[in-house]
Amino acid sequence: METVLYAIVLLPLLASAIAGLAGPWVGRAGAHWVTILAVGISFGLSLWVLYGLVWGGLEPVEFTAYTWLSVGDLGLEIGFLVDRLTALLMVTVTFVALMVHIYTIGYMHDDPGYQRFFSYIALFTFAMLTLVMANNLLQLFFAWEAVGLVSYLLIGFWFTRESAIFANLKAFLVNRVGDLGLLLGIAVLAGAFGTLHYGELFAAVQADPERTVSLFAATEWRLATVAGLLIFVGCMGKSAQVPLHVWLPDSMEGPTPISALIHAATMVTAGIFLVARLSPLFEHSTVALTVVLIVGALTAFSMGLIGLVQNDIKRVIAYSTLSQLGYMVAALGVSAYAAGVFHLFTHAFFKALLFLAAGSVIIALHHEQDMRRMGGLAKYMPVTYATMLLATLALIGAPGFSGFFSKDAIIEAVAHTSGPWASLAYWLLLLGVFVTALYSFRMLFLVFHGRERLDEHARAHLHESPLVVTVPLVLLAVPSVFIALFTFGPVVMGDFLHTDGAIRVLAEDTGLQYLAAHYHGVLGFMGHALQTPTLYLALAGVLVAWLLYLGRPQLRAPLTAPLRPLQRVLEHGYGFDWLFIRGFTGGGRAFARLLARFGERWLIDGALVNGMARSIGRIAAGARYSQTGLLYHYAFVMVLGLLLLITLFVLRTLFA
Amino acid sequence: MEQVIFYVFAAVMLFAATMVISVRNPVHAALFLVLAFFNAAIIWVLAGAEFLGIALVVVYVGAVMVLFLFVLMMLDINTAPLREGFARYLPVGVLVAGLMVLQLATVILSARVDLISGTIPEPAAGVNNIKAIGGLLYTAYVYPFEIAAVILLVAIVSAITLTLRRREGSRKQDVAKQLSVKKDDRLRLARMRPSRRQGGGAR
Amino acid sequence: MIELSDFLILGALLFSLGVAGIFLNRKNVILLLMCIELILLAVNVNFIGFSAALDDIAGQIFVFFILTVAAAEAAIGLAIVVVLFRSRGDINVASLDAMKG
Repeated sequence: METVLYAIVLLPLLASAIAGLAGPWVGRAGAHWVTILAVGISFGLSLWVLYGLVWGGLEPVEFTAYTWLSVGDLGLEIGFLVDRLTALLMVTVTFVALMVHIYTIGYMHDDPGYQRFFSYIALFTFAMLTLVMANNLLQLFFAWEAVGLVSYLLIGFWFTRESAIFANLKAFLVNRVGDLGLLLGIAVLAGAFGTLHYGELFAAVQADPERTVSLFAATEWRLATVAGLLIFVGCMGKSAQVPLHVWLPDSMEGPTPISALIHAATMVTAGIFLVARLSPLFEHSTVALTVVLIVGALTAFSMGLIGLVQNDIKRVIAYSTLSQLGYMVAALGVSAYAAGVFHLFTHAFFKALLFLAAGSVIIALHHEQDMRRMGGLAKYMPVTYATMLLATLALIGAPGFSGFFSKDAIIEAVAHTSGPWASLAYWLLLLGVFVTALYSFRMLFLVFHGRERLDEHARAHLHESPLVVTVPLVLLAVPSVFIALFTFGPVVMGDFLHTDGAIRVLAEDTGLQYLAAHYHGVLGFMGHALQTPTLYLALAGVLVAWLLYLGRPQLRAPLTAPLRPLQRVLEHGYGFDWLFIRGFTGGGRAFARLLARFGERWLIDGALVNGMARSIGRIAAGARYSQTGLLYHYAFVMVLGLLLLITLFVLRTLFA
Repeated sequence: MEQVIFYVFAAVMLFAATMVISVRNPVHAALFLVLAFFNAAIIWVLAGAEFLGIALVVVYVGAVMVLFLFVLMMLDINTAPLREGFARYLPVGVLVAGLMVLQLATVILSARVDLISGTIPEPAAGVNNIKAIGGLLYTAYVYPFEIAAVILLVAIVSAITLTLRRREGSRKQDVAKQLSVKKDDRLRLARMRPSRRQGGGAR
Repeated sequence: MIELSDFLILGALLFSLGVAGIFLNRKNVILLLMCIELILLAVNVNFIGFSAALDDIAGQIFVFFILTVAAAEAAIGLAIVVVLFRSRGDINVASLDAMKG
């Protein structure tokens, strides 16, 4: 078992090293074969592990592979914890990674950085697997940084583009904010409990949930709240929650396979995984969970709105990803971890599919991403169109599709949670469904239907993408449609994730538990959907999109005119970019300039460094006059000193 | 009676010391210093330290002060520039001296230190001061005594080496050179033809 | 009966005179040496006084050593003065400024 786990993790790393370092010897074909083979084996083994855990009677595995160092009682270790949660993610990650690897052969066919690209994505697979399989927070943090690094490298893959460099720097810097929070959270836990090992941490939290820490001048704070909030900041950075979401839309500068793999399916969901993994900690802090809920719901709704006004096909999907991540986070906020993780699971398939299909469109149009110069592509690219339609249906939650189950479960779980914040979140998420349907079908209609707005040159070369591109699309479309039909029951409504202790829920009356109690199979859930507003909102979204973009385009102008100010706000992304770049970065730079001018040049250089040297020179110049070389001066000083000593002695003797 | 003698000689001694630092002529100053030493010796004898009193006279007056006078008279010193600034520094000197006296007097007269209660006893009859010093010096203080001897030796050697001067052209014996001389240095053998006498025999 | 304090005050006055002499005759090396002799004499007077008052002969031993060292010092000091005079032509302390760094 341990050998299998080592193989799952290390094969992609090995392949990455071969593709990256031995590039000239293995050639282009060698690079993709070795990485695909490695990731394929990883996927197969992951599947075997998941099968074993679910049906094969395997127990969750945990072992320490290597003790890196011990600091006092704090051991820093590399170890693996594989339970059902981990196995589920391993399968997701390796499957999507495998599809992306295959797809990349077609997508990056003419790129000079072909081998480098394969090396990076294999390295990413390794890092992501390490992240989900970690059994302690430190290893998780390292892997967390590693996926961030690969993300940085891949966003800036075309490093000669200025916009790519800006985007990867932005992603890196925004993630630093989140990572600082995560690191502080880990430090708080390590400081309080002296261990970073999941099991020991959870046991310690369980033993004393009311434990407090002193922060900010001895104010007592609940440890679970402090650690939970700090770790959630890390989650906000990596999973791009408001207000740390600004890097994700820009990350679309990277090649499309990367957008699918890293910025939709896996890396950005690491935050969801983290919170789910640390559920025994978060369960002890109502405050942290409430914050998680609010942030998630806000992100889900507000980012979906922005998606309405985007014209770049990839950016629409990126904002859609942000919105869906918001759903997952909101699910975590109402203790519906299973629903959140399940949405992560289904979303990985259909969102990766969306991206890859969009990529297929983009290469067919020779790297044209503006939807205003597309249209009517359905008849040229039937496979791409079909798969994208399926993915879109899954995304908006058409009954029976995978996205339907996961998203409805989240919304229902929130609906059955009491409290003012939960109500607010419920309304936000509900409106989000309408928005999702609207922007998804707006994109679909703009790209595949309606008038052909292509230029002549592009139309002449237009054809369906090669097999290496379409096969992954089809392979991804299958789980996008069907995966939930047989997994929804056990994973979300059953206790798939709870029996082996991967997820712990303290409360007895969460929304999800209410749902589970009233669950009567997949069909029952679909039937129940007929009675909820969700389905009708999605339908309304589709209808409105059809009306505005296909049926009656002439209605668009008069209808949207009053919303013009809102549109401007959305086009500027609520001004977050402006705030960060002008406010924080600009302010920081202004402050740095101030420091450079006065702090560095004047105070440190001028007054301290040179000033010290100069003042020594001056004092020495003054002191030289005292050194006359004349004996009687020295004698005079000696006598004065003697006088002083005697005075001291007298005073001490008489008055001490 | 003793007190009167003490005061008289102490007064003379202080007067002599004052003159040492204030007279114009260094030779006079040296002579006043001799006077001060004499008075000190008398006071010491009064306190029962006969050996040291005599040693002071013999060693200091007889040797050291004569050395001073010798040097003073040997060197042709123009004393005028050496006196300059005397008046200028007089207030400072008086001030420093006055401060010191004040401080020392404070300590001496302070009840805390308790020095005024001590008295100098009459020298007991039959006590041999020299014998007592000798006994102590050659037993308990024998090593310091040896060291003092070495110091004196070093002082002698250093004084001589400092002032020793080799004059060019002075003729003196180099004994080592004389002893290490060899035959070849002094004697040169020359083969000479017997000269033929031009004239007839001298004989 | 001579009091110990008489001796001590005599020593103090003598010492102060020696120090004042250093101030007043700061140009003449030989006079400086004489002032040092005065200071040492003051110390010796104190030693003798204490020795007698405490009836401890060790004080006189110290006077003995001080005299020895003072004699050595005077000899070397005068030798230096002679060398100084020979090389510079006078013994003015004000012209001894070679110790400047």
